[in-house]
Amino acid sequence: MITDPVQVDKVSGQTTTGHEWDGIRELNTPLPRWWLWIFYATIVFAFGYWIFYPSWPLASSFAPGVLGHTNRAAVLADVAFSNQVRKDMTADLQKASLQQIADSPKMLELALAQGRAAFGDNCAPCHGSGGQGQKGYPNLTAGRWLWGGTLDQIQATITHGIRAPNDADTHTSMMPAFGKDGILKADQIRQVANYVRTLDGLAPEQGVDVAAGKKVFADNCVACHGEDGKGNVDMGAANLTTKVWLYGNDINDLVYTITNARNSVMPAWGHRLDPETIKSLAVYVHSLGGGK
Amino acid sequence: MQTVSQPKTLWSGEIGMIAVLAILALLCLFIAAKTIEPAYAFHMGLGVICAAIAIFAIFQRFNKRDAAFPPLEINGLPNYNFGPVKFATIMALFWGLAGMAVGVYIASELAFPDLNLAPWFNFGRLRPLHTSAVIFAFGGNVLLATSFYVVQRTCRARLAGDLAPWFVVLGYNFFILIAGTGYLLGITQSKEYAEPEWYADLWLTIVWVTYLLVFLATIFRRKEPHIFVANWFYLAFILTIAMLHLGNNSTVPISLFSSKSVIVWSGVQDAMFQWWYGHNAVGFFLTAGFLAIMYYFVPKRAERPIYSYRLSIIHFWALIFLYIWAGPHHLHYTALPDWTQTLGMTFSIMLWMPSWGGMINGLMTLSGAWDKLRTDPVLRMLVVSVAFYGMSTFEGPAMSIKTVNSLSHYTDWTVGHVHSGALGWVAFVSFGALYCLVPWLWNKRELYSLKLVNWHFWIATLGIVLYITSMWVSGILQGLMWRSYTPLGYLEYSFIETVAAMHPFYVIRALGGFLFLVAYCLMLYNVYMTITASEAAAPAAQPSLQPAE
Repeated sequence: MITDPVQVDKVSGQTTTGHEWDGIRELNTPLPRWWLWIFYATIVFAFGYWIFYPSWPLASSFAPGVLGHTNRAAVLADVAFSNQVRKDMTADLQKASLQQIADSPKMLELALAQGRAAFGDNCAPCHGSGGQGQKGYPNLTAGRWLWGGTLDQIQATITHGIRAPNDADTHTSMMPAFGKDGILKADQIRQVANYVRTLDGLAPEQGVDVAAGKKVFADNCVACHGEDGKGNVDMGAANLTTKVWLYGNDINDLVYTITNARNSVMPAWGHRLDPETIKSLAVYVHSLGGGK
Repeated sequence: MQTVSQPKTLWSGEIGMIAVLAILALLCLFIAAKTIEPAYAFHMGLGVICAAIAIFAIFQRFNKRDAAFPPLEINGLPNYNFGPVKFATIMALFWGLAGMAVGVYIASELAFPDLNLAPWFNFGRLRPLHTSAVIFAFGGNVLLATSFYVVQRTCRARLAGDLAPWFVVLGYNFFILIAGTGYLLGITQSKEYAEPEWYADLWLTIVWVTYLLVFLATIFRRKEPHIFVANWFYLAFILTIAMLHLGNNSTVPISLFSSKSVIVWSGVQDAMFQWWYGHNAVGFFLTAGFLAIMYYFVPKRAERPIYSYRLSIIHFWALIFLYIWAGPHHLHYTALPDWTQTLGMTFSIMLWMPSWGGMINGLMTLSGAWDKLRTDPVLRMLVVSVAFYGMSTFEGPAMSIKTVNSLSHYTDWTVGHVHSGALGWVAFVSFGALYCLVPWLWNKRELYSLKLVNWHFWIATLGIVLYITSMWVSGILQGLMWRSYTPLGYLEYSFIETVAAMHPFYVIRALGGFLFLVAYCLMLYNVYMTITASEAAAPAAQPSLQPAE
């Protein structure tokens, strides 16, 4: 057993405790006063807080605190307050037609504010926060609409979605996968892809028979996309002459599209959002620059 | 000592261990053959291989060892057992590199999402790999190494047990191997910082109880009348982690032949258990354990007595009593009952001064030795770690206040707070301790290069500053964007806009982490050169034989 004599530390003037471990000693310094008083103060604060707010558990309940505060009640009060503030204006939105909303500056302001918030949380992840879209997700600002760009058409598309499996009224038409389903051969697909590029003023590849591509187009594509390739909003058939390409206008992109078809899906928001929010969204999307 | 006449036979401990390992190997083989889950079969296969290697190693050791047990003392001086300490030290250095590299990678994934390479290197799988590797693999091995070192030196007693300490360090690292490969293969129970599944948890329980027994038995063997303060903290850490681990991993496996299990707690009680565990993993793993390191290595390196014995007692008991209540502050404004949130918040506030007691004792121990900070970068690292500890333990209680939390919750501020503690406190105090420990363990006069330690210190500090400042700005910006409303009462920003706004800060954060990693590599080189190339110490220079004053 090692007993270490109590020593006086030269630097601090404190005595050591008389213990020593592997050369380490300890000083007898008292607790710093500021430390102790702040510690006491935090304890007093805690006791005070327990008096005012819900704190200790009891046999079948808990001490509710003299303020009667609960998180749930506070949130419900906040929600009730904001609902009250919006009530009159949203009542107008519920009754008004889309065109009436667009024509009334007061309703339009509210609809755009509501539409913008709803767009940010529901639409922006795919269509971009400004509605500019990205490959596979339509640009909503370009004035080119697969399913129509009037207020009513936009509202219908948002409500029922595109090829949404859970909505009976959704847009359903689908482009065949011409290559995968064996309707066209690979060289025919290449020809028609080159022809489609010429419809949009793009140069065809060297050595590809564009005339043959025109024939393939006439036999397979005009039913939906039209003789001139201008598309058909009733079927969601793309206008191929607008310089706006959902999946790109590179020859490989086009060959892939014709071979496999894309037939992308948009959810039917009518199942998620209330009708008035969808109205606001339609007005907002219409306002992004492309509305008809 | 009657060593000469004794015939060499296997000790009962060796026989027992071989038997246990053999049974375990057979069980693993049986499960591997029956399960239909390839990842689980892979883990059981690892179990078979590692058990076989361990049995082989026991026989190898038997061939080399003496017939008698190693003596507890030689010439009246303790015959310390530093083999497991050295092993844990090396493993800490290895896992530190792995964990920090993964950290830099996932920080880059957040800045540049294209780096998510599905499925193995998705953020979702790499994130627990990072957290477990730095906390449990790096931090855990540092705690094993230092606790087994400190408890021997401060008790003046050889580590208890013969194979047991080896079982602890090897078994613990086997747990890390199972946990880490499991994350990459998609095995998780989805509990933050407790992701490993039931079989890994069971294994860790066995290892941890052995750890507790070895530690306690060494303390019982002590030649000092009192138990040194670091050992109180180590003991609190070991005991509480055992309790937390059992509480939060109370699961029922769906079958012996499946890695999947179901937790017994439901709903908000499960969430409460999770954060009772999660917060005290911070409190007892990352705080109590590392305070123990501070209490040994700071006075040792500064060659000064500990500032206040009384403060150490009061802040120890206050800390361990108060910490255990603080978990609910992770669940403010959730379905957790209000009264529980109140207790979590108020106990967190009361925890402020007990935490600072550790900081005061660490910093004030330097009074009379402050000049050493100019010449000794290792001591500087230790002292700065204590300063970061003080900063994080002020920030923590502040963030637990509900009104502050309503801004900070779910933002990068939390991430920044965690890393000011993890990088500034835990990693720095570990680096300081390892820089001290390596020359002592490998019997070297000094480190290979103090200049490299200096570079490590400054580059890493710059990395921490970039990390935490970018996360403060990002987190507060994020919180303010989430809560900002238009005059008509609609949200000003969509979530995706707040994500886009984070990008520059994520780049800065990744850069900060990268600097920290680069600096760490300097340490690895320095340690390697110290072990292989530094001049051997004269026997008299060993710390135990030379009191500091």
